[in-house]
Amino acid sequence: MSIKNMTAEKNWSGQTMVSTDYLLFEAPREKHFMTGSEVLKEAMKRCTVDASVSYPITPQSEAAHLIGELWAEGYVGTYFRGENEFGVMSEVAGCAMAGARTVTTTSGPGTLRAMENFPMWSGTRIPVQLILMARGINSPLTIQPDNLEVTFMLETGCMIWYAENVQELFDMSIAAFTVAEMPDVHVPIVTVVDGFFVSHTRESVMLPSDDIALRRYDPYAAPLPPIDSEMPPGRFLRDPFVMKSNYISYATHASWQWEIRSAVERSIPYAKHFLEGLVHTTGDEDAEIVFVACGTASHQAKEANRELTKMGIKTKVVKLRTIRPFPHAELLEATKNAKYIFVPEFNVVGWLDKEVTTSLYGKSDAKIIGRPRVAGGMSMPAEAIIQEVLDNTDVKKGA
Amino acid sequence: MSVDIYKINPEFRDIMPQEIIDLEDNATWAGESVEKRGINDLTDKKEILEEHSLCAGCPEAAALRYILAALPTPEETIIVNSTGCTSLMFPHIALHTVHSLFGNQNAVASGIKRVLEWRFPDKVKDVVVLAGDGATVDIGLDYTLQSFFRQEKITTICFDNEVYANTGGQESGSTPKGQVFKMAPKGKAFDKVPMWELAVTSGCQYSVKLTASAPKKVAKVLREAVLIARELGPTYIHLYTPCILEIGLAANEGLWEMKEQDKDRFADFKFVTPEAEAYLKECKKKGLL
Repeated sequence: MSIKNMTAEKNWSGQTMVSTDYLLFEAPREKHFMTGSEVLKEAMKRCTVDASVSYPITPQSEAAHLIGELWAEGYVGTYFRGENEFGVMSEVAGCAMAGARTVTTTSGPGTLRAMENFPMWSGTRIPVQLILMARGINSPLTIQPDNLEVTFMLETGCMIWYAENVQELFDMSIAAFTVAEMPDVHVPIVTVVDGFFVSHTRESVMLPSDDIALRRYDPYAAPLPPIDSEMPPGRFLRDPFVMKSNYISYATHASWQWEIRSAVERSIPYAKHFLEGLVHTTGDEDAEIVFVACGTASHQAKEANRELTKMGIKTKVVKLRTIRPFPHAELLEATKNAKYIFVPEFNVVGWLDKEVTTSLYGKSDAKIIGRPRVAGGMSMPAEAIIQEVLDNTDVKKGA
Repeated sequence: MSVDIYKINPEFRDIMPQEIIDLEDNATWAGESVEKRGINDLTDKKEILEEHSLCAGCPEAAALRYILAALPTPEETIIVNSTGCTSLMFPHIALHTVHSLFGNQNAVASGIKRVLEWRFPDKVKDVVVLAGDGATVDIGLDYTLQSFFRQEKITTICFDNEVYANTGGQESGSTPKGQVFKMAPKGKAFDKVPMWELAVTSGCQYSVKLTASAPKKVAKVLREAVLIARELGPTYIHLYTPCILEIGLAANEGLWEMKEQDKDRFADFKFVTPEAEAYLKECKKKGLL
């Protein structure tokens, strides 16, 4: 396999290159039955990926193996196993700086080991995609599903999207490259799923055929030149501002950080298009009881909604699909009739509860209840959500 | 691409700073004839390092000038840096350079090299890591050695000043035993880490320890290291560039210190695999050395 096999129509593995719109919305699809790890392979197979670096950690190892198989099969340009997650996240940074469409995967402790890299990624404006299959964080030792790690990612300057199930992981991970690579966005993107619940669960999923793939990433459309000696270098200065203790150096650093956050906000129209909305709502549109959740928790909230409907209690589920950018306007609109907002979560700190509370502060009179909250691998049965509703609202009094 | 990327758009020439114009008019690039560049250019050609911001008389600055003048193909060379005194010089280099994090230089370089080989299968693009002893021997040791294990085709240069100089003079793994520095107020308790030997056992095709006292020697070693890395695998240069400030020397005493150490801690060490030896002979025949 060589990049020299590429033509105007076909990528190096012979797939016909198509628009993201065609791949996501127009291409005919067939039903398959597969796990999140398997579907990620199918997504990456259709993304004309230049580079990936992997490292084993449960529960993302299988997804990382399968991307390696894509390399062996001739779909991915370059691939290797790194030495640990700090090394891997630096290696993929190098890949992306050199002009590659790059993907990697990690989980829980790996995310924290790699942490110094994530603000570097966004500061370098590389459109790397990290697939985060969330798991608990030590100590004590755990490999169970828990999304505490996401709270550490929130202020890294990376975009964060959250997929609920296998189908969403497929579609989101394709859209993620497209949005992250937009010249006016061009920041890293973290596509999160709940480990095990999505990575290891087999579900039916609709896939387009595998003889089509995304068009190749063009590094020369990036806001910063790729590090490939094909363009003039960005810096050659008598008096560089870096490392100087003066107003200009402070202002430069500050404005760069603002610009990264602005770039994340500029992704909103693209994300709205390719994700068909930053939030998805189900249930009773006028309900005064609203569940705001992401990932698997939103699935469980929908289950609770069905049960509560049978009990004659109206509820609504607002599933957040993007966490960074945070969908402030969409959340406010979706909760405008709410008297009670419940935020069910798979972590001990309630990071989504904090996000929702901050976003609605001064704008909503609803009572925000950050429960139920489960952690350490515990499941969240619909009954736990229903019980919170019965205990914390006036529905029992005949609502 | 080629040296063309350094050519100035005529429309903008009148507003370009002189050092940019000089790069086009009077710098030496490889172009067609690789053998023409060298440290002799330092006397009258435009250097690809602009005025640096290190201390007066810093041997590190001199060493970087020798290295940049000796690069076989600067217009196709990417330099990956780390945090420390060397990072103060990087904005002054007229090549594609990266400063990413403290210690991850060999990991970043690995990613860059792999992708450049993938994206440009018909071109030779050199990736050179240049970092201090803290970055190479302490915080980045894992990533340095792992890139050797993986046989990444990159050249790694450690500017060893035997101290964390940029943070104010703390002991590093490269500090000699017994030396009193900050964080070692009773003297360093363990030996200097023999990084040049670790490079050999970790799979480098070429590992050399020397000081920057002799410019021609530095240039020769650099050129050999880059050429071998292109073809065979990782190469390592361990270069003494003393921090005159932290060991109490004057601005004109750096060269004297390096000459002293040529006979002591930095006495010649050179390892070349038989394959690399044979390849260097070929390069000599072709006039590349």
